[in-house]
Amino acid sequence: MTTRIDRRFADLKSEGRAGLVTFLMAGDPDAKTALAILKALPKAGADVIEIGMPFTDPMADGPAIQAAGLRALKSGQTMVKTLAAVRAFRKDDDTTPIVLMGYYNPIYIYGVAKFLDDAKGAGVDGLIVVDLPPEEDEELCLPALAAGLNFIRLATPTTDDKRLPAVLKNTSGFVYYVSIAGITGAAAPDVGQVHAAVGRIKRHTKLPVAVGFGVRSAKQVKDIAAGAEAVVVGSALVNAVAKSLDNKGKATGRTVKAVTNLVSELASGVRGPKKAK
Amino acid sequence: MTAPIQVNSFRTGPDERGHFGIYGGRFVAETLMPLILDLERAYAEAKADPAYRREMDGHLKNYVGRPSPLYLAERLTAHFAGAKIYFKREDLNHTGAHKVNNVLGQIMLAKRMGKPRVIAETGAGMHGVATATLCAKFGLKCIVYMGAVDVGRQQPNVLRMKAMGAEVRAVESGAKTLKDAMNEALRDWVTNVSDTFYCIGTVAGPHPYPMMVRDFQSIIGIETREQMQQEEGRLPDSLIACIGGGSNAMGLFYPFLDDRQVEIYGVEAAGHGLKKKHAASVAGGKPGVLHGNRTYLLMDDDGQIEEAHSISAGLDYPGIGPEHSWLHDVGRIKFLSATDKEALAAFQLCSRMEGIIPALESCHALARLGDIVSNKPKDHLMVVNLSGRGDKDLDSVAHHLGGKL
Ligand SMILES: Cc1ncc(COP(=O)(O)O)c(C=O)c1O
Repeated sequence: MTTRIDRRFADLKSEGRAGLVTFLMAGDPDAKTALAILKALPKAGADVIEIGMPFTDPMADGPAIQAAGLRALKSGQTMVKTLAAVRAFRKDDDTTPIVLMGYYNPIYIYGVAKFLDDAKGAGVDGLIVVDLPPEEDEELCLPALAAGLNFIRLATPTTDDKRLPAVLKNTSGFVYYVSIAGITGAAAPDVGQVHAAVGRIKRHTKLPVAVGFGVRSAKQVKDIAAGAEAVVVGSALVNAVAKSLDNKGKATGRTVKAVTNLVSELASGVRGPKKAK
Repeated sequence: MTAPIQVNSFRTGPDERGHFGIYGGRFVAETLMPLILDLERAYAEAKADPAYRREMDGHLKNYVGRPSPLYLAERLTAHFAGAKIYFKREDLNHTGAHKVNNVLGQIMLAKRMGKPRVIAETGAGMHGVATATLCAKFGLKCIVYMGAVDVGRQQPNVLRMKAMGAEVRAVESGAKTLKDAMNEALRDWVTNVSDTFYCIGTVAGPHPYPMMVRDFQSIIGIETREQMQQEEGRLPDSLIACIGGGSNAMGLFYPFLDDRQVEIYGVEAAGHGLKKKHAASVAGGKPGVLHGNRTYLLMDDDGQIEEAHSISAGLDYPGIGPEHSWLHDVGRIKFLSATDKEALAAFQLCSRMEGIIPALESCHALARLGDIVSNKPKDHLMVVNLSGRGDKDLDSVAHHLGGKL
């Protein structure tokens, strides 16, 4: 079964370039502004959209994404609203893949079967759930695959060659390579090491590889894109939201623009002169 | 939640994937997965190595000061005029709480695994102090994450940790208590994967921690069996302990789980009351997934974790160890709760009647004692786990009692 994600990566391949994957938190700083940002992302240059499902205790996230989640929760974001935002986005855009990313508890409490139904119905294409390693595949990964959603797994610097096959086994859509051992928004990755690691993953799979964690500039996007199918930017975008807010933490007239400007700039890293091959 | 299930033994868990019934598991980020698999292997090897056990027994005796006494609380027994009350004196261990039993095992494992850097989360600071203590003894670098609120209310322990060379990092996220300290410790571990050992302070977290911490704490129950045999020529009739994550409770209970005539009570923190802010995850929560395991958690309808409240920093956590969740569902442990006020009253009663100043955590077990023992015959033998001493709480108790201790 081909999904929007498969089609998007096939298109990118024929264009001969890597893709830009953007991460923003659902409902940050409020549902209305977040939807305006979401709708503006494809035109600004996002090839794949990741939407964070806010959680009170994001154990693998740094301060920027923690704060984004708390802003969203404070403004009343819920799973129902997150899925509604995807549905609203899908009214005008039936091609840009949407991946929901977050932690398991809000999904578990929503109910796995109902969540998969509603997510699929809303137009979600894939899931990244940070605290579900292959050891817990029965929880959500296998049901998600059966429901026709991609389940995108994180591979990390600690995932060695022995473990990679287990990580890749039920992964679909793409593989997300976490470029550093650390939390989101931390140190910038070393490009040489990233290329080597992506090369290692590619010896085990034909799936596209997206690289994320610590990427914040167009230059980094360009450098990493030279050896991967996509580059993910998260904390930098979430920080752009944060910086655009007024002193009460509310959206301003600058908020949407702040994000789309940065996305356009980052997109130049994958859309500039064709990837040297 | 469900009707008690018939099982042959309550001591067979966890399965090889870390499950106690539906609870437990390994819900961690991929970065940590290889680390917890390593830990599981290293623990299995250590457990099978008689030299590891021998060295641990030596330290338990000469450094920790075990066995801890089983003490007959005569005046409290007379006061309640019911069952005979014994205290298992974990407060007399070096560092002043049961926490050290577990930390010794884990730090010896860190040493075996060649990890020079140890991190820990702490609420009351007793686990932090125990970790700082053993890191000093074994020459390891120690970093303790502690919620900023707890840093404020448990100052004596902050100073003890610093005196022994540990770095205490105050955590400013969330409610600034134990849950947030655990989040930060996990973030540290994800970042420092090659050289760091995460020393978890209770029977929670991803497999193998709940099992491993239980094993290390079981010394409490093993000694209690022997001591009660010596004192009374038989097993106790009931056991009671406070529950934060549940390590002191599991340590006392585990060796008795299959002695079905022994009644077992766990006491959660009811804070301002079960209808208000509290930390009683079995009484007021439902099964969910946090910090690497599925277990009872306090949360809202959208699966967002709620902030707990307890006067006792060591119980101020919105979850409980997964094995407790299972033992609750199968009906082997009866869960009760005690409010802040009741714990304070128990603090005063125990201090004045027995000359023992109990930790506010342990006071939650003491607070439910009266209800139970008063209805029991005089030959009923009840053991309370006196999990720690209360020196650390004196300022905070004085404050809550309006300066009148
Ligand atoms: C003295 C004492 N008792 C009990 C606890 C609660 O932890 P647990 O339920 O794991 O025994 C703590 C935790 O800090 C403690 O210091």
